[in-house]
Amino acid sequence: MRLLLFSMKKLRFFSKTIIKSRKMSILVYTENWDGKFKNLSFELVSYAHAIAKEINSTVTAVSLGKVTDDELLKLGKYGATKVLNVDDERFNSIDNRATAKAISSAAKSENSSIVIFANNNVGKAIAPRTAIKLDAGLVSGVTSLPLSMNPFVVKKKVFTSKAIANVQINSDTKVITLAQNSYDIIDVGQSATIETFDPGIDDADFSTSVIETNKVSGKVLLSDAEIVVSGGRGMKSGDNWGGLEELADLLGAGLACSRPVSDEGWRSHSEHVGQTGVMIAPNLYFAFGISGAIQHLGGVSSSKVIVAVNKDPEAPIFEAADYGIVGDVNVVIPKFIEAVKAL
Amino acid sequence: MKILVLISNVPDTTTKIRFTGDNTAFDDSGVQWIINPWDELALTRAVELKEAGGVDKITVANVGEKSTEATLRKALAVGADDAIRIDTTANDAFYVAAQLAEVAKDYDLILAGIEASDYNGNAVGGMLAEMLDFNSVSAVSGIELEESNFKITREVDGGSQVISIGGPLVAIVQKGIAKEPRIPAMRGIMMARKKPLSTKEPVEGVNKTQMISFELPPPKTACKLIDEENANEVITLLHEEAKVL
Repeated sequence: MRLLLFSMKKLRFFSKTIIKSRKMSILVYTENWDGKFKNLSFELVSYAHAIAKEINSTVTAVSLGKVTDDELLKLGKYGATKVLNVDDERFNSIDNRATAKAISSAAKSENSSIVIFANNNVGKAIAPRTAIKLDAGLVSGVTSLPLSMNPFVVKKKVFTSKAIANVQINSDTKVITLAQNSYDIIDVGQSATIETFDPGIDDADFSTSVIETNKVSGKVLLSDAEIVVSGGRGMKSGDNWGGLEELADLLGAGLACSRPVSDEGWRSHSEHVGQTGVMIAPNLYFAFGISGAIQHLGGVSSSKVIVAVNKDPEAPIFEAADYGIVGDVNVVIPKFIEAVKAL
Repeated sequence: MKILVLISNVPDTTTKIRFTGDNTAFDDSGVQWIINPWDELALTRAVELKEAGGVDKITVANVGEKSTEATLRKALAVGADDAIRIDTTANDAFYVAAQLAEVAKDYDLILAGIEASDYNGNAVGGMLAEMLDFNSVSAVSGIELEESNFKITREVDGGSQVISIGGPLVAIVQKGIAKEPRIPAMRGIMMARKKPLSTKEPVEGVNKTQMISFELPPPKTACKLIDEENANEVITLLHEEAKVL
């Protein structure tokens, strides 16, 4: 009896070692926008590469929809060793059910222990469904590399950025969404192999039919911009946006505005940044004539550097800003434009 | 058509955030509790849809201790017909979704706020949809009932999109779904006292995540002020000091 027990234990130990020795990968869902990968996608790959190095694993990226091979190869530069390409135009518009199924099927085929999404509209939509399919714990809005791998602990912002939590995931498979600008995009000079991947999706998996799309294309995508130029009520009128547009063009920046500006109809609602609008975390955020209400700051305070220009020295935006000018936007904007041209 | 609105009980958004027990737990002493702002907008839209006809019942559901009932009563005062509280502590999205799945399976439309203003998880709605094999759509800023489908406006990169999707559906809603949250009228508050609020025992489940400790963000360094006439210096500083240009 004793002998039997011993051998069973041994067997169990043995089978565990076999499972462990199967190569685990880290899977990253790299989104594209009109066929081009977002900066965020490169950030995710760089982040995944850093974890992979730590645990002696590799990074696989999964791409859905139409993307050229040249574009797919870029993922290798940032640390992906394999790209699963699902070249299927049904994925050009997001369908939560089908997308989650496709990514889970990639995760299963790659035996992925960690699956990483961006913490944007798409990631927020897909990660929870994927977590259930993989029987995984999910942490959204992660802001750091894991503090430890075993147990797996990451940092995330809580209470609308008023505090930070250290969260542990207890399940074998982990799903996380990474907050924008949490990790640098690093060219590690690797190259990736591209594989066509069939996730086994039927038409019946698609539940969404698109009636109409109203989106600006060809411009800098606000949620993915590294620099954002934003105007508030202090701009006085929608007719005064010429300077901001010129500055944004020179910097390759996205254009944004505060809530009163879009409520007044000076600018489109799609440009409204803040807690109730688009949440952004660029490297550099310019706030012209924005007082900095708490709701506005909630949506922009994760920016790395904030520059504020406002007439009112008491404006709360100066508490969040790194560089400030108490002055007139009409004087400052042309000076900024000249200085940028001279760089 | 039956609508279920998921309600998170969260600290008032102006709450000063503090922690206790060597930074392992949120200090809830003296905290005012409210309906999560996004859930409040979802509920407002549900009530509007019911007033326009075509909705038989609105239920609100919450996973939490007895102390969260005041928040459910508030939701009843806004216009929900009945409320369900699942009597357990909500610590992990997976666990909470498993609890709600028991209730949600009987509804045609489930509305969830895009995130909760406390732990900012934005996960329960999507998890619930997958557990029940329901359709889901996220970043929803508009919802209309059609004969056999839902007409949904959702926010996508660089704009918005109108889609048609069948039920049962979990819609994860954001700003725009309703103009302003509805404030309960005195009549609503009186009626809410008589509306049914039932309690359910939790089903077995595990927490797949746990918050092990908290910290406050490091204090922001002071803003460097530059005179208006030397505005160009800011660009130089961004280039040379901050290295972001």
